[in-house]
This record gives sequence, structure tokens and C-alpha cells, in this order.
Amino acid sequence: MENLLGQPVPNGVQTAYQELLNSGRFMIQRCNHCKSHVFFPREFCPHCGQSELVWIEPTGEGVVYAVTTVRRKAEMGGDYNISLIDLLEGVRMMSRVDDVSPDRIVIGMPVWARVTVTDGQGLVVFDAVKAQEVLS
Amino acid sequence: MSASLRKLRGSAGIAGIATFGNGETPGFTDMEILAQSARAAVADAGLKMSDIDGLCTASVAASMWTMPVIEYLGIRPTFINGTMLGGSSFVAHLLPAMLALQSGQCNAVLVCYGSAQRSAQFGRKEVAGSRKFLDPQPYENPYNPLLPLSAYALIASRHMHEFGTTRRQLAEVAVAARGWARMNPEAFMRGALSIEDVMNARMISDPLSVRDCCLVTDGGGAYVLVSAARARDLPNKPVFVLGTGTAVWNRQVSSMDDLTTTAATASGRAAYDMAGMTANEIDVVQLYDAFTINTLMFLEDLGFCKKGEGGAFVENGGIAPGGHLPVNTNGGGLACTHPGMYGIFTVIEAVRQLRGICGERQISAARTAIAHGNGGTLSSQSTAILGTDDVL
Repeated sequence: MENLLGQPVPNGVQTAYQELLNSGRFMIQRCNHCKSHVFFPREFCPHCGQSELVWIEPTGEGVVYAVTTVRRKAEMGGDYNISLIDLLEGVRMMSRVDDVSPDRIVIGMPVWARVTVTDGQGLVVFDAVKAQEVLS
Repeated sequence: MSASLRKLRGSAGIAGIATFGNGETPGFTDMEILAQSARAAVADAGLKMSDIDGLCTASVAASMWTMPVIEYLGIRPTFINGTMLGGSSFVAHLLPAMLALQSGQCNAVLVCYGSAQRSAQFGRKEVAGSRKFLDPQPYENPYNPLLPLSAYALIASRHMHEFGTTRRQLAEVAVAARGWARMNPEAFMRGALSIEDVMNARMISDPLSVRDCCLVTDGGGAYVLVSAARARDLPNKPVFVLGTGTAVWNRQVSSMDDLTTTAATASGRAAYDMAGMTANEIDVVQLYDAFTINTLMFLEDLGFCKKGEGGAFVENGGIAPGGHLPVNTNGGGLACTHPGMYGIFTVIEAVRQLRGICGERQISAARTAIAHGNGGTLSSQSTAILGTDDVL
């Protein structure tokens, strides 16, 4: 972004997070002061109050912490999953496990993050089956 | 807790209460339902509207709600509190109101609420849609959770996982609430309900079925708080505020540190501390039961049983009429009324029980009651301990 004088101005972290997602990259914050990981994105660290947050790429590994199946008529797209996922980095987020039917998703299941981009909008979802690194 | 907060114990009393239009009131607005409740509560207190010089209220939709309410009631309050913490607000209004009475900022506080949620044209769907823009949750909304329901479903899933809580135990909560409602002429849902009915009800967001969810009704409620000395001079048997506390730790369910422990542990501790009491000394319990899981978790977090034992506590009609602890004696949000925000009705039913005017559902010789409000998705928690003159 630029101001009226054409000078670059930084985005807030919510926009920065979403722009990273839109480009296919899932990044979370880490505090250089207290070393905590932070999600959702903040302007300052909610653990120590310092403004030393930097973006880091999480491993993408997570575990299902809580789970629900939202019931929806088949003609509306059918049932879908909502999960809370604990990332290896120690933060929790809402998402959905996307690659298996909702009734197979259970608490404690290991899952892996993947970014989907629909109409330019990136979103983090999780898979119960780890994607192949490289198909050679 | 500070010594000056402890000194607030028993300093104020609820002198007037009223409800209006619980169930369905087509053709009424939120404000009209509120106004009828307010007028009746002030009359119940033996006061005139012109005696009201303190006002607390909140609205799901209108962010500046205190102003049109003051205008509509025709009052000029010197104490105004629009604290909006969702459904717990009307319990959370107690502490600032007590401080205002003690300081002399005002002499009679009206706490009031009204909602035409069930009958209104601009209904829940539109409110939920607007909230995505006016009150965004950008890290949850993209996954389309049915909020608040799916948040409570996630919490229930975790409670089941950690403690072995079952759907049957959740169903016990709904059946107990209905049992009480059947003895309350004001309750909206008074038909028979069995465990099997709840277990077989349409699933909405697993593990919560439609019968695990509170009602959607119209309705309003109001109460009047005055100094303890003044409460004794007014017509009704006074009910004193022995302790109260409020706690918020998060807004979003995804930001809860631990899904099975709520900020009710903190609001409850503050309320018990001010009252100088424990859960063992409470005769009647009113808990904000937006969903069946709430009742289990608040029984645990407010010390009526150990963490994880809420399910066993409610088994075999434990909190139903004739059980070992009377909980939600009006039928609660599950069976009596739930006009968007239910918190004020926990206070009103507690006062009715302590006045001894509950007829068939009256708990004999009730001298103490707890009223617990919840807001958001187990986000805000507000607890009040009320008592009669006998325990002051």
C-alpha cells in the first residue's frame, strides 16, 4: 500500500496474513522477545506485550483438538467438518479437515496443513493424509 | 479480592422484578417488550419510573442501546451502564450498579432487556449476517461454523473426549429443564420430553441436536436494585446481593486455552469470595443453559461437582424436580424462554425462589441462590449469589 504521497506504508497483520495465504503461503507469528508462537496474528505479542513478532513458516503438522460435523442438506453441499487444530508450534486454530468424510475425523488425529485458494482468497485447511512431497 | 469489594456484600437488594411477553409476542418491538418489563418491575418495587436514576441495558443489535431506552422510558439517569458481554450482561450489570448505589451516584437502578427475536422480521439470520461485517471473526468465519452452536459443539466434543461424558448425560439436562418447565406457567415448552426424544432429535452440529439447544423466543425481563436499607422499606421481600463477579478470557472458541474450563471458575471465585460462601451453601441454582453442555460445565466450574463429573452429577434426574440439586427451576433457556440473551432471567428466577412465590416449583425454605450468566461462546461469565435477610 501507498499513502497519498506515493510512499509505501505497511499493512496491518490481518491483511499481511491474508495476502500471504492468497499467494499460497501459510505463515504464523513468533515473538523474538519471549519466543512464543502466536496465532491468530497480532500487532503485538499477547504473551509478553513486546512488538517483536516475525512471520515464520509452521511445519504444517497438527492434531485435531476438538471436532464437530455441521449437518447440511445434501443439495446444499452436505455435511461438513469444523475442527480446532493444535499446531506443532503450540498454537490452536479453527479449520476443517478436508480430505476425508466428516464422520471419520476424530480428536487426536494427526493432520497436515494445506492452503487452498478460491477466487483469489487463500484459506488453510488440513488433510488427514499427508500430501506426497514430490511426485517424481 | 479487596476488602472494599468484600464490604459490598449485602449492600444492595433487588426490590422489583418482572417479565413480559415470554414466548411469542408478534407485533411487538424489542423496545416495547423492554418497556413493558421495565414498567412492571418498577411497579413491583413499589416505585415510580421517575424514581429510577440508574439504567443498565444491552441489545444484541443496537450498539448505543442505552440512549433510545433512556429516551423511551422518559428518565434522566445519573448512572448509565451499557456493558455488553452477550447474555451474561444483565448479571454483569450488578457490580457497577452496586458501586453506583454505594457512592451515591444514584438511588435506584433499573436493569432491563427485551427482544422480539422470534417474531421479528429482521431475524436471527439477518443479525448473524450483519455481525460478520460489524463484529468480524476473520479467523473463524471462513470455515462457516454455525455460531454460536458449533462452538458449543466443539466444546462438548472435547468434554466427551476427556471425561467420557455421553450424549445421554447431555440429554438428562434437557429433560430436567423440561421437568421444571412443566411446573412453570410462564415456560414456553411444557410438553413431555424423554431422554430418547433428545437422543433421537435432529442433529445440528454433532454432538448437539436440536433438543440440546435453547429456545428461540420473544420476551423481556427487568429488575430494580436499590440500597439494602431502602429495599427493606419497599413492599416486597428484599433479596440481597451477597457476591458477584465477572470474567472474560477470550471471545472466540479457538482462542480458549482449555475448552473444558471456562472463566466461570474466576467469576464464581469472585462471587463466592465476596459472599463468604461456597457451593455447598447454595439452595437454588440458575445457570445460563444456552446448550445442554453449558449446564454440565457450569456445575463443574462453579464448584457443585468436580471437573469432569458434571455428566454423572445430572444422571438419574439429579438436577430435575426431586433430584439432589434444583437447577434452572423455571425451565431455563432450554424450556422456559430464550429471547436472544437469557442472563436476566437467571436473576429473576433466583429472586422469585427467594421470595417464595414459585408455586408448584418452589424450593422450600430457599435462602440462597446462584445466578450465572454466560455470553458469546462460553466467552463471558458472570456470577451472582443472592440471599434473603436470614443469611445477610
